[in-house]
Amino acid sequence: MVETTYRDALRQALNDAMEADETILVMGEEVGAYGGAYGVTKDLIKKFGRDRLLDTPISEAGIVGAAVGAAMAGLRPVVELMYVDFLGLTMDQLGNQAAKIRYMFGGQIGVPMVLRTQGGTGRSAGAQHSQSLEAWIMHTPGLRLAMPATVADAYHLLRHSVTLPDPVVFIEHKSLYAKKGVVDFSKPEAPWGRALVRRAGQDITLVTYSRMVHTALEAATKLAERGVDVEVIDLRTLNPLDFATVGESVERTGRAAVVSEGVMTCGVAAELAARIGEECFDFLEEPIARIAGEDIPISVSPALEQASIPTVELIVETIAAMTS
Amino acid sequence: MISNTPLIDLYRLMRRIRTFEEHVGELYVRGLSAGSMLHLSIGEEAAAAGVCAAMKPQDNFTTHHRGHGVFLSRGADPSRMMAEIGGREVGYCSGKGGSMHIADRALGHLGANAIVGGGIPHVVGAGLASKRLKKDSIAVAFFGDGAMQQGILYESMNLAALWDLPVLFVCVNNQYGMGTRIDHATRSIDFDLRAKALCLAADMADGRDVEEVMHKAQALADGARQGKPGFLSVSCYRFYGHGRMDKSPYRTAEEEDAGRKRDPVAWARSELVRRKLATTTQLDEMDAAISREMSATIDFTASAPQPPLSSMFRDVFAPGEPEPEPVRTRLGRIFADA
Repeated sequence: MVETTYRDALRQALNDAMEADETILVMGEEVGAYGGAYGVTKDLIKKFGRDRLLDTPISEAGIVGAAVGAAMAGLRPVVELMYVDFLGLTMDQLGNQAAKIRYMFGGQIGVPMVLRTQGGTGRSAGAQHSQSLEAWIMHTPGLRLAMPATVADAYHLLRHSVTLPDPVVFIEHKSLYAKKGVVDFSKPEAPWGRALVRRAGQDITLVTYSRMVHTALEAATKLAERGVDVEVIDLRTLNPLDFATVGESVERTGRAAVVSEGVMTCGVAAELAARIGEECFDFLEEPIARIAGEDIPISVSPALEQASIPTVELIVETIAAMTS
Repeated sequence: MISNTPLIDLYRLMRRIRTFEEHVGELYVRGLSAGSMLHLSIGEEAAAAGVCAAMKPQDNFTTHHRGHGVFLSRGADPSRMMAEIGGREVGYCSGKGGSMHIADRALGHLGANAIVGGGIPHVVGAGLASKRLKKDSIAVAFFGDGAMQQGILYESMNLAALWDLPVLFVCVNNQYGMGTRIDHATRSIDFDLRAKALCLAADMADGRDVEEVMHKAQALADGARQGKPGFLSVSCYRFYGHGRMDKSPYRTAEEEDAGRKRDPVAWARSELVRRKLATTTQLDEMDAAISREMSATIDFTASAPQPPLSSMFRDVFAPGEPEPEPVRTRLGRIFADA
């Protein structure tokens, strides 16, 4: 076990993957000499050179489109999209091309590429640099979606992503890069596609992912002081979605809340709530709570920004009410 | 390298494209087509045949939604093409792609595309792969003049030039983006200037003259193979409407008559006779044989089975991955006890 940061674990994953597979290229804006806007690719260019660390112009659609073509033609490109908010510029190449090529072409051609990006709030980056757009991806058949919460998952989910035969969107959280944790480089905490119970509990199931795992765990600690025993599930990947782990838990606790930083309407929390409602109806003692982002853009003001997403207080309040 | 595909072979290719597409029309009329999204390239055959004559077997390519001619020129089996257009299991994409999403990895076809400009950046990536994996292949993007107004083309050309990629961009300028004539879509008609501004080698060719197209494409393809990406605009005229339902109300009969006089198939035929490379009788026999071949593709399609419904959930992800649970199955499971 090694202690490191989320950022360094991601870099280690890229390094190890590139050593293991010559066909992996990293391409994106400022991934080379600059080292990545958030420092994930720092110094990789010194080791792998400009042929495998491709600095690109600011052409998000072109970069993702080129990655699609490169993946079809025998490479494994890893694209860094500096902010998930730039998805709008790439959505044709991602949603109409990468996601559909295997299916449209009758299974002949796969697109083994990884789109690494980062999202979420926490840096007063404003409405166009702070969003949580994972629902767009989850709404598109043909795309895998990983959203690591921990240092170990940052390493292992990324290592696994670059071995997959299909396009993976890998969304990091900008507020987690400096977070420390331990990782066993030789083995993941759980297989790809499996959710993890981060805290076992008997009274209510809290389903979440990415940074909100930590917010949820903090809330669970506070609730424990009030005698409420919360189970916290970290989904880790949203596609594939491990609903079996969620369903088993909800059937045991009889209550469920979904915590997501993304806006509430038609979001990940909405989808999870609908599935829990369908699959676990007979076991539920309370309505399922969507503890999600407000249906508003994110403000630059730290006060407004923090109030736009679920807080520990909101989770504690909601769950206290659901379990009283 | 000098292109040496004889005119008679180019004529045969173009005649096959035209006759195939006339039969696509028949497929639709007979109710065997999987849809009405059928975009014919009649009048544009020289762009496909001429550029493909400058390509090597290992080269990759993508096309726009009007790409039957390109795929046929690269050696596609017209029966499997017609079956795909008819949505049949035996088609190139198991009936899931159709006319606008046809592809074949074995022939280097990385896909036709129904998004204008959508397939253009894929050749940048294919060129990058060719360079990195040290393969002697170029990647060619075919698109229409409509894509000249799409931003993705300029991002792609810029990347290809910046990275010295073995890539060729081919604009088949049939004068119309759906119903909008090119001079209603841009003030900048000299497309080669746009490519030159991004430091690509660029040229314009007359799409009536398949030999001119071939020679100009060959020069650009040779450059691309050396890492100097190229751009070629082939000027032609779309003889018929955008799709099957389009009767072209936006243009005059006079304009259509003038446009159809720039017929590349008729030009090649008259040149063959004038140069005494073939007699009218020989060409008539060739045409008749092609007609029989293409007619058979209709019968082939008519007798080909539809894909089984069980194939519907296949190929969302790679083989071996769990398939999505059908809605009916899920609802049945949930409400079984109700």
